[in-house]
Amino acid sequence: MTTYAFLQHYWWFLISLLGGLLTFLLFIQGGQSMLFSLSKTEDEKRLLVNVLGRKWEYTFTTLVTFGGAFFASFPLFYSTSFGGAYWVWIIILFAFTIQAFSYEFQSKPGNVYGKTTYRSLLFINGLLGTFLLGVAVATFFTGSDFTVGKGNITNIASPVISRWGNAWHGLEALACPRNLFLGLTIFFLARTQATLFFINRLKHEVLENRSHKYLLYNAIPFVVFFLAFVISILLSEGFAVQDDGTVYMEKYKYFNNFIDMPVVGILFLLGVVAVLYGIIASILKQSFKKGIWYTGAGTVVTVTMLLLIAGYNNTSFYPSSTDLQSSLTIFNASSSEFTLKAMSWASILVPIVAGYIFIAWRALEKKKTDMDDINSDSHAY
Amino acid sequence: MELLDVSLINWSRGQFALTAMYHWIFVPLTLGVGIVMAIMETLYYKTGKEEWKKATKFWMTLFGVNFACGVATGIILEFQFGTNWSNYSWFVGDIFGAPLAIEGMLAFFLEATFISIMFFGWKKVSRGFHLASTWLVMLGATFSALWILVANAWMQHPIGMQFNPDTARNEMVDFWAILLSPIALNKFAHTVLSGWVLGALFVVGVSAWFILKKRELDFALRSIKIGAIFGVVSSILIIATGDGSAYHVAQKQPMKLAAMEGLYEGKEGANIVAMGLLNPEKQYDNDEETFIVKMDVPIPKLLSLLGYRDADAFVPGIKDIIEGYTLSDGTVVPSFVEKQASGKKALQAFNDYREAKTAGNDSLAVVHKAVLDENFKNFGYGYLEKPADLIPNVALVFYSFHIMVALGMLFLVIFMAVWFFHWKKKLENVRWLLWGSLFSIPLGYLATQLGWVVAEVGRQPWAIQDVLPVQAAVSSVSTGSVQLTFFLFLALFTALLIAEIRIMVKQIQKGPGE
Repeated sequence: MTTYAFLQHYWWFLISLLGGLLTFLLFIQGGQSMLFSLSKTEDEKRLLVNVLGRKWEYTFTTLVTFGGAFFASFPLFYSTSFGGAYWVWIIILFAFTIQAFSYEFQSKPGNVYGKTTYRSLLFINGLLGTFLLGVAVATFFTGSDFTVGKGNITNIASPVISRWGNAWHGLEALACPRNLFLGLTIFFLARTQATLFFINRLKHEVLENRSHKYLLYNAIPFVVFFLAFVISILLSEGFAVQDDGTVYMEKYKYFNNFIDMPVVGILFLLGVVAVLYGIIASILKQSFKKGIWYTGAGTVVTVTMLLLIAGYNNTSFYPSSTDLQSSLTIFNASSSEFTLKAMSWASILVPIVAGYIFIAWRALEKKKTDMDDINSDSHAY
Repeated sequence: MELLDVSLINWSRGQFALTAMYHWIFVPLTLGVGIVMAIMETLYYKTGKEEWKKATKFWMTLFGVNFACGVATGIILEFQFGTNWSNYSWFVGDIFGAPLAIEGMLAFFLEATFISIMFFGWKKVSRGFHLASTWLVMLGATFSALWILVANAWMQHPIGMQFNPDTARNEMVDFWAILLSPIALNKFAHTVLSGWVLGALFVVGVSAWFILKKRELDFALRSIKIGAIFGVVSSILIIATGDGSAYHVAQKQPMKLAAMEGLYEGKEGANIVAMGLLNPEKQYDNDEETFIVKMDVPIPKLLSLLGYRDADAFVPGIKDIIEGYTLSDGTVVPSFVEKQASGKKALQAFNDYREAKTAGNDSLAVVHKAVLDENFKNFGYGYLEKPADLIPNVALVFYSFHIMVALGMLFLVIFMAVWFFHWKKKLENVRWLLWGSLFSIPLGYLATQLGWVVAEVGRQPWAIQDVLPVQAAVSSVSTGSVQLTFFLFLALFTALLIAEIRIMVKQIQKGPGE
């Protein structure tokens, strides 16, 4: 493997890992989507808001970094997908924008629109943010309607390189059942993880018990939709790439990727087992509180491996269903070797970032959160 | 193939400007007030006095409200490069994306991690850990500004890159040249300092209100002193970096400088306009007077001196830039028509290169590549149709620049006066100054917004100076879609701003004591 190819693989791995981390951190959104159902009283709502509100920035920052890293390492994806699937990304952006101020504003006097409005915005973020991110990522496996023509840049009247093939600009992805499967998988996974997080973090008997019930309600549809998505992509044709860059349809491509990359396949299975263990152990044993860590770690590994089979082993990670040869691969969509190398040096600092996140998280989470904790905090939401 | 229409370009520009301007309502206050609150917490840490803690927590609450709005608008800004400027994202993403990614990896996580400790950790971590967290939040915020301003400076003066015709994009060849570009460093300093000035104005103005109301006097006098000293230092530094900015503009973006000064006819030993009223009939190719009324700064040849460090240097005007000119050092700058021809030659050579490559004719490709390389510096001119395309909105840039400078000077006077009367222990009696300080807060916002208007409107039509005009950078979406999202963003941001202002006012009225 040349240095350039190694760097392209390295950055696809980092993107995949960021995707995995983001999916885990979407438990914040999952919790928000249950604000009006899991909690019945104002105190319960306030507790949920505060326990989630101390972590929302991690999800948000991971999303921003995911976008920034994609821009820097695979700019043709950024250009093609964001500029083409315009409406899907704009709605996702809206869904996350309304989260950013809703925690901070909801309990402040003079917030104009009232507490319920801000909580409703958090609910919308939890609903749309998770579902649409899942739908958007599913198109990595199912394809989208676009063409890429780099030579267009010389056309003075119309120099756009990437063009979308229909006026729905991404919303057409909602018509594909397999995309919906992943959207619903992510939605129910986020809610499942949220219940596990509440079980782990809250010192509130009623909410803990209710979280156990909600865990079951959400874990079952999560598993059903996850299996539906995984089985459908493993049994379907995938977008394979020949050595000369020609893209063609290959039967069972994603299944073959697991076979061709056994480490990825084994880690995927281990990730799934960890996710299920966290869920099942929490359901069966009320005193088991660490389900979030098993399910969370499993989610990171599973999603990372899923994204790896979308980009590794001569696979198009952002395929065009309209014009196969416009499909994006980690080779034709990446930044130059120089840029990938420069950013790789910067990425060496990531363990330091992880280290201080760990220290800060521990410092704030030495004990479980209860109402006394909230009432004595001058900055509580 | 559908053609891009002008309205799509204008709405896309409008949407980006809208988002950027709203974002810049919130960010400078974060940068400025954040430093003030960190200084106050340092004083609390050193003295152990609860008064400093009380002051820190008050400003921290306002910081938090404001910070949330900056985050909300910031994410849209980042993703708009993809949604609305997709061609740009590919054409220069190899260079522009890297600072954004590093900003996310290194700066945003620093902010996001330690802001939790800063807000929720007062009783959970030691005083030293908490203080370190507050400073790390500010370091993260400032670090974040560095990367995005490096990216912006690169758009104004693209360096450290090379066009690759095989990939149809510009590629980074020198990371350090981009990061350490004098223009980037100066822009970073000038922009962050503008946030510091605004933060100082905010602290001084709000404290002045408490003094006028005779409430929380101890807190208000402590805060106003810190704010005034911080303001004086920041204002002096911003004058220095402002000079640096104008110098760089003169060297690299002479059209922007000409617009800033309303200079149509270039001259040696040019003066700086102190104030003036532009003649709306004036065009680069007519003989109308430029100004209806004009007054120069009473130091002769100042524009030549500041722009070129030579009092007799020739400063080109808009007409010269269109028609071509010779600098004092003998450098001949081609006319628009010559650059346009060169740009079209570059575009054609690029097209021919790709065709030769597709046909497998490598030797012919080499010939076209040589033509392309020779003309690439004018690549973007190939997209322009007429000389007027090269001229930004002169009136908007001229007035924005002059009002910004005048306000900057006014702020320095206010900070010095507040500091002086505080030192003389007479501040509570100088009510006109206290009222003046309070009403300067919106002027501070106006000044920072105008600074960006000068920087961004002044560089039109370029998305990337000389390389990519905005019409070649835009995404291919329908004008109707962009119009719809424009108004959605406008409604969202405006609703957000209304809530933010009301919450801030309520928090201020509540005061630090409760």
